[in-house]
Amino acid sequence: MAVTGAILVLYLIVHMYGNLKVFSGQEAFDGYAHGLRELGEPLLPESGFLWLFRLVLLASVLIHIYAAVSLWLRARRARPASQRYQVKKRVHRTYASYTMRWGGVLIALFVIFHVLHLAVNVISPGGASDSPYERLVNGFQPQFWFVTLFYIAAVIAVGFHLRHGIWSGLATLGVNQANRQPVLNTVATGIALIVTVGFLLPPLAVTFGLVS
Amino acid sequence: MSENDLYIEGDPIRDEKAPEGPINERWDQRRFSAKLVNPANRRKLSVIIIGTGLAGASAAATMGEAGYNVTTFCYQDSPRRAHSIAAQGGINAAKNYRNDGDSIHRLFYDTVKGGDFRSRESNVYRLAQTSVEIIDQCVAQGVPFAREYGGLLDNRSFGGVQVSRTFYARGQTGQQLLIGAYQALERQIAAGSVQMHTRHEMLELIVSEGKARGVIVRDMLTGEIETHFADAVVLATGGYGNVFYLSTNAMGSNVTATWRAHRKGAHFANPCYTQIHPTCIPVSGDYQSKLTLMSESLRNDGRIWVPKEKGDKRDPRQIPEDERDYYLERKYPAFGNLVPRDIASRAAKNVCDEGRGVGPSGLGVYLDFADAIERMGEEAVEAKYGNLFDMYQRITGENPYEVPMRIYPAVHYTMGGLWVDYDLQSSIPGLFVTGEANFSDHGANRLGASALMQGLADGYFVLPNTINDYLSQGPFEKMDESHPDAQEAKEQVTSRIDKLLSIQGSRTVDSFHKELGSIMWEYCGMERTEEGLRKAIELIRDLRAEFWRDVKVLGTNEELNQALEKAGRVVDFLELGELMCIDALHRRESCGGHFRAESQTEDGEALRHDDEFAYVAAWEFGGDDSKPVLHKENLEYEYVEMKQRSYK
Amino acid sequence: MNITLRVWRQKGRDDEGRMVTYKLTDVSPDMSFLEMLDVLNEKLTLEGEEPVAFDHDCREGICGACGVVIDGEAHGPERTTTCQLHMRSFNDGDTITVEPWRASAFPVVKDLVVDRGAFDRIIQAGGYVSAPTGTAPDAHANPIPKPDADRAFDAATCIGCGACVAACPNASSMLFTAAKVTHLGMLPQGQPERASRVVQMVNQQDAEDFGGCTNIGECAAVCPKGIPLDTISQLNQDLLGSLSKGIG
Repeated sequence: MAVTGAILVLYLIVHMYGNLKVFSGQEAFDGYAHGLRELGEPLLPESGFLWLFRLVLLASVLIHIYAAVSLWLRARRARPASQRYQVKKRVHRTYASYTMRWGGVLIALFVIFHVLHLAVNVISPGGASDSPYERLVNGFQPQFWFVTLFYIAAVIAVGFHLRHGIWSGLATLGVNQANRQPVLNTVATGIALIVTVGFLLPPLAVTFGLVS
Repeated sequence: MSENDLYIEGDPIRDEKAPEGPINERWDQRRFSAKLVNPANRRKLSVIIIGTGLAGASAAATMGEAGYNVTTFCYQDSPRRAHSIAAQGGINAAKNYRNDGDSIHRLFYDTVKGGDFRSRESNVYRLAQTSVEIIDQCVAQGVPFAREYGGLLDNRSFGGVQVSRTFYARGQTGQQLLIGAYQALERQIAAGSVQMHTRHEMLELIVSEGKARGVIVRDMLTGEIETHFADAVVLATGGYGNVFYLSTNAMGSNVTATWRAHRKGAHFANPCYTQIHPTCIPVSGDYQSKLTLMSESLRNDGRIWVPKEKGDKRDPRQIPEDERDYYLERKYPAFGNLVPRDIASRAAKNVCDEGRGVGPSGLGVYLDFADAIERMGEEAVEAKYGNLFDMYQRITGENPYEVPMRIYPAVHYTMGGLWVDYDLQSSIPGLFVTGEANFSDHGANRLGASALMQGLADGYFVLPNTINDYLSQGPFEKMDESHPDAQEAKEQVTSRIDKLLSIQGSRTVDSFHKELGSIMWEYCGMERTEEGLRKAIELIRDLRAEFWRDVKVLGTNEELNQALEKAGRVVDFLELGELMCIDALHRRESCGGHFRAESQTEDGEALRHDDEFAYVAAWEFGGDDSKPVLHKENLEYEYVEMKQRSYK
Repeated sequence: MNITLRVWRQKGRDDEGRMVTYKLTDVSPDMSFLEMLDVLNEKLTLEGEEPVAFDHDCREGICGACGVVIDGEAHGPERTTTCQLHMRSFNDGDTITVEPWRASAFPVVKDLVVDRGAFDRIIQAGGYVSAPTGTAPDAHANPIPKPDADRAFDAATCIGCGACVAACPNASSMLFTAAKVTHLGMLPQGQPERASRVVQMVNQQDAEDFGGCTNIGECAAVCPKGIPLDTISQLNQDLLGSLSKGIG
């Protein structure tokens, strides 16, 4: 869980960096997208690296989901629905830790839509295009507010997921000593915030006409 | 033989097992003369151990490791919860790590003197010798004793002793030692050498052909009455302070195992020796279920006082200095607030009896830290006593940094218990008794930080080296449930339970227990008189009769039935209480924790009568309708000169 | 004070349970929570109704026997054991809901009593130092740096009450196991068995059907002894170390 989570967090940061290229204009954005395909050449064939990368990502996602589902099943077995408390108070837990399971499901659904929309070009609100830049701009036009809203909800879920996920992953990897906890908590919140904001900026910029 | 209205005096007894010769060689000698059991034969020998506190868990772990076939029982849901866990202060050991003049001989001397010359020299010397090994053993198990910055173990002086020999783990020494013993026990359970039965309570001893051969226990979850056999039985069941209802003991602590053994022939020694601890949180109402002790280290810096005027109900902070009576400092200028436990306790009782007690009930005295806070600063006081102050505040709702604490004495420890010889064997062959459940080492009063020492000495080092002498005669003839002696014991248990459930009277078990407790506290507590004790005996007999007429126990045997459990324990307390009063009555002297008003000096201090009472009073059960029989074991002192205590 | 209690009543392990409401008058704010239950039980007994079963023993916060969920919090609103909770923490007229610990690994035995034998079995799996009686070297043979000894002590104060499991949304026993792993792992005496101990204890807690830890922190937040949450980190570190060495 922690290892695959770490891979996915690193991926998200790189992905966010790519997204922010949108502010450098169509050429830079499309060039970056294209450049990804050429990474590793000539050692690897075209898109070779990208496919390797995708394989690792896919494996991480699947393992992450598998681990999450088994944890969830274990928790259900450890306290079945018939044994729930009639009254239960939250004493310490963060809101973020609440969102891990249903937030995770939302994120998974979103990722499928997202890949179909912006990567594979199958779903294309506002019209398909060979330019990733155009796909982005088309997709987040104001009339497709529902797409934008879904995106925003998913990104916020990702933010919460990261907030608890980073903290929890570090604990699983055994680094949350008491004296480091304040720093690690700040780091987790910080990364979660940066990623959330970083991902929200491009679509919102499109919706509000700052990028076109 | 002589007889009076309360008891019969029988033949004297003596400890046949303690070797003669120089005192420092006796334990070696005994270990050498005791017969051994071949390791290959140990598996065939079975031992039942009742209780998993320090004395029981340590014995079970050690004997399991040695290869015996051990079965243990405890009434709690886990062996880790035995009440040894609540001991706060520490454990003594004659390590002399401080190079301050301590030695085995000094610990021996302090213990004999502290016991007011009513314990056996041989036993106490062995206890002091063994103390050294206990610390080594516990450290090896991972017990996190307090350490200094250099990484070595810290020691402190405790209970007015002049050397620093007390090892401690913050205020939770008992917990840490018990967890150490518990883990060692769990290791043996995992290894299969010890069978553990939690939530099982021993209700009867099986004696066959004069030997202890097993126990009848009740599975507290199902109510099943089970019969278990063994070649020897060990009782490590703690003290009987709960006969007073309110005490610092756990709610479940009881006398049933030892009392049932007493009824089957084991002598009960010195039952009247009870230790009353001076620094407990006072009773706040009649719903009170137990008393909480606060470490007596508080007396190092707190000053004890009451108002000079009777019935002065002012806020203590409004009472001017010259209207306060710092009575311990006044009466005992040399020791002041640090006088021994029994003296501090009795002095508190006396001022309260005079009507000068404080708090809502009038049963309390102030323990004031205002001077200490002024002298050391609040921070220093907090560093030293913070956890105790927090505990006090949690229980009373008062802030001791601002308002003086209120304290009152409470029953804490019972020095009396089943009579045992040097091998820790009772007067029933094959029945061994360890820890607080026996009478052996503390005489008439116990030193602070010595209870943990004795429990572990018995369990880790003494019993495993003496019980083999008995077991070497085994294995004994196989028994099964159809054996008449086993059936008789089982029948005694079932008929008692049936009777308790069939009375369906009008009073709860607790109401009887409370009433018994108040009789005991009033007449057999800190100060005892002939008249009071005689009255108490009458009251207890009446109460016992009423109990069997009018107690109300609901539910059935075949379930978890906590009222039934309690009822069984109160039955035995009701019998023990009477014997305690008889013992207190016959001992017409004041010694240690036993203060007879008729035996005091002109200025009100305890007066011992060594010529008449330097003996152990071992009581034999005479039968339900007969008087108990007193056997005296004479005490001789070769190495410590008998002196009267003085703390003036 | 007048109090309304909603208490879980369940006759036996295999019986259906339900919440039953009782009213209590004249409750003193100085009573402990368990003394309040004593008063209820005296009243029930006299009325001919079976008293409420609950575990308790020392009543001074150290044996770990007591523990119920009060208004949704393990051991109630204060950070202490149920026996050290006093009625002054409640208000006149309050309705208080009292439930047993809930976890498959802690089956309800009767009313508020649960079976915590799983904890003993986790200790049996490795929560000890193998030091047979008599084999010990002198206590001063191994000096231990004070910070290590203090950390070991902080972890060793666990009373095994089970509040961590009761409060954990996953019903995980990680804090309990981590406390023992940390206690023994900080001491030189605990080193020889350190690598196998953590693996065996974690395997045992999995076998007992406790849930998995997702580092939410409810356990440490309700722990009456303040066992630090980072003991779990230490356990994980030890566990990764052991697994990477192929132990387990």
